[in-house]
Amino acid sequence: MELKIAVCIKSVPDPDYYDKITIDPKTKTLTRKGIPAIISPGDKHALEAALQFKTINGGIVTVISMAPPDAKKESYEALAMGADKAVLLSDRAFAGADTLATSYTLAQGLKRSGDFDLVLTGTESADGATSQVPPQLAESLGMAHLCNVQEFSLQTDGDIMATVKMDSAIGKYKIKLPALLAISRTANKPRYKTAMSIIKAKKKPLNIMGNETLQADTERIGQNGSPTWPGDITIPSLARHGQILGGSVEEIVEQLITKLRLAGASSVRKKEKSV
Amino acid sequence: MFTEEQEMLRMSIREFVEAEVKPNAKEWDEKSYCPIELFPALGDMGILGTFVPEEYGGVGLGYIERSVCLEELARHSAGLAITVMAHQLCLGGILSYGTEAQKQKYLPDMCSGKKIGALSLTEPTGGSNFMGQTATGECKDGQWVINGRKCFITNAMLADIDLWTVVTGENEKGRAVLSAFLIDKGTQGHNPGRTEHKMGMRSSNTGDISCVNVELAPEQLLNGEGMGAKIALSTIQEVGRAGMSAINVGILRGCLEESVQFSKERIVYGRPLHKLVNIQFAIAENKLDYETAKLLTYRAADRKDKGLSCSCEFALAKYAATEGAIRAAKRTIDLMGGYGVINEYPIGRFLRDAISGSTAGGTSDVLKVVIAAETLKA
Repeated sequence: MELKIAVCIKSVPDPDYYDKITIDPKTKTLTRKGIPAIISPGDKHALEAALQFKTINGGIVTVISMAPPDAKKESYEALAMGADKAVLLSDRAFAGADTLATSYTLAQGLKRSGDFDLVLTGTESADGATSQVPPQLAESLGMAHLCNVQEFSLQTDGDIMATVKMDSAIGKYKIKLPALLAISRTANKPRYKTAMSIIKAKKKPLNIMGNETLQADTERIGQNGSPTWPGDITIPSLARHGQILGGSVEEIVEQLITKLRLAGASSVRKKEKSV
Repeated sequence: MFTEEQEMLRMSIREFVEAEVKPNAKEWDEKSYCPIELFPALGDMGILGTFVPEEYGGVGLGYIERSVCLEELARHSAGLAITVMAHQLCLGGILSYGTEAQKQKYLPDMCSGKKIGALSLTEPTGGSNFMGQTATGECKDGQWVINGRKCFITNAMLADIDLWTVVTGENEKGRAVLSAFLIDKGTQGHNPGRTEHKMGMRSSNTGDISCVNVELAPEQLLNGEGMGAKIALSTIQEVGRAGMSAINVGILRGCLEESVQFSKERIVYGRPLHKLVNIQFAIAENKLDYETAKLLTYRAADRKDKGLSCSCEFALAKYAATEGAIRAAKRTIDLMGGYGVINEYPIGRFLRDAISGSTAGGTSDVLKVVIAAETLKA
């Protein structure tokens, strides 16, 4: 029987524009106006893992997302990467959800879209970065789950063998399907979308589902279903801008001196080598 | 201006270029190295065969999408972009004028990046003196025998398929009749000569190719005897100039982005450089040069895709883009002061690439003649 694989993707503000993001002091939510949205980079690793798994074992890959209607673009992007179908859960009633309400809504969307054998997610989103959705979603679905999965494979007995990266160890787990795996950012290199795959994406099914179809409990979605309420929010100064320099030690020193001079430091000079 | 698919294509190519091209572009330039090992990946991405129909291994899109790809490549490596552009000259010639057998034989491998193409027109007598070329083709015992020398040919040392134009006769007015031939790599007597050491576009390969008694079967003739001038001119006008316009739009975007970034980072008199009004003027002029070239290039590409006349439009686009790129690169170097001439920054390379690419597909003076001729027709 064909394996059914779901990948949860989140539409997030492009991290390249983080210095332009502001927080609405009233709603305490991000003001995304003018900031392009992208698939959360970690979720692309989950999708890549699903596509590689499909290549070896067969199956159908469905991407699912909860987002405003504009996120169709990210759904098409996932289809262009190679997903077979996309589901976009989009309704004003879903807005303002914390991780608990998001997990519940995604779980309802997954249940409504098919009996999935395997659900893959990133380990954390690029914006919230709580890492709470994967385990909460697994609980909502009643599935076993593993986080920070580096690699996994289907065994002949139908179980999954997974390698999990921990702080100072590597764990190997055998897990029964259906299961949820949160894929590590170091697990793979997500593939590029090609010109041909972009053309094909528009011909693949994209199902946009509001709550009228989903029939989720209105007390458990959006702000109604979100016990988390942010307190006071202050915006830290971004005056200092971290930058990682690459290359050999000598090259890094050269770059550092150039940048310091560029920034106006007047007495930066290289220490001469002693003869 | 662009469709959702075109925007997605642009972002996808940008992602590819930022990961695979940008980190290496400086080294390729310094070592005069053309990264042909990237060709299969460029083929997979659909960059090589953007405008080629699917039945020949392409993507089946058009010249707008081709321009998007070349602009994105040239943003970080104009040398690699001109390598692709020259490959597409040969590819475009075969697509427009080849027999079904020639298309089936050559196009799939050229779209996938397994084989590289070149277009050999220019001779030591000069590229603009197109009808004065001296390479010859004679039909002897059912075989064509080609002799001559071509120079300043992009991909000269790399090409697996070399499209040549040669003189095969004279018309009743005593003017040369040109024909075009496809020469496979390794054909006896077809010899790449020296590689040029160039000022710019250094990550592309440019050199001489000679043919000494190269014998070709009649199947290697492209579109019949006497069609060489039409093939070459239409390919240069509508594929070459289109490509060079897009490449220079890419260089222009590089100049604009570098000038903006530098003027925000550089602190003078205790304030970012862009607070100075003369710096704002430079950035405004870079923006104007970029937007002008971009609009003209994509307008011409749109006309080409719609099957409308576009020779004058591509001449306008290339003129604006190449001259604009040279101006913007020089202006950005001025804006950066001493840092502008340090090779840690790419702006010096942009200037060298812009100047070196300005002659490909017709100098600005040739383009002015084309534009004036079209304008005076009205």
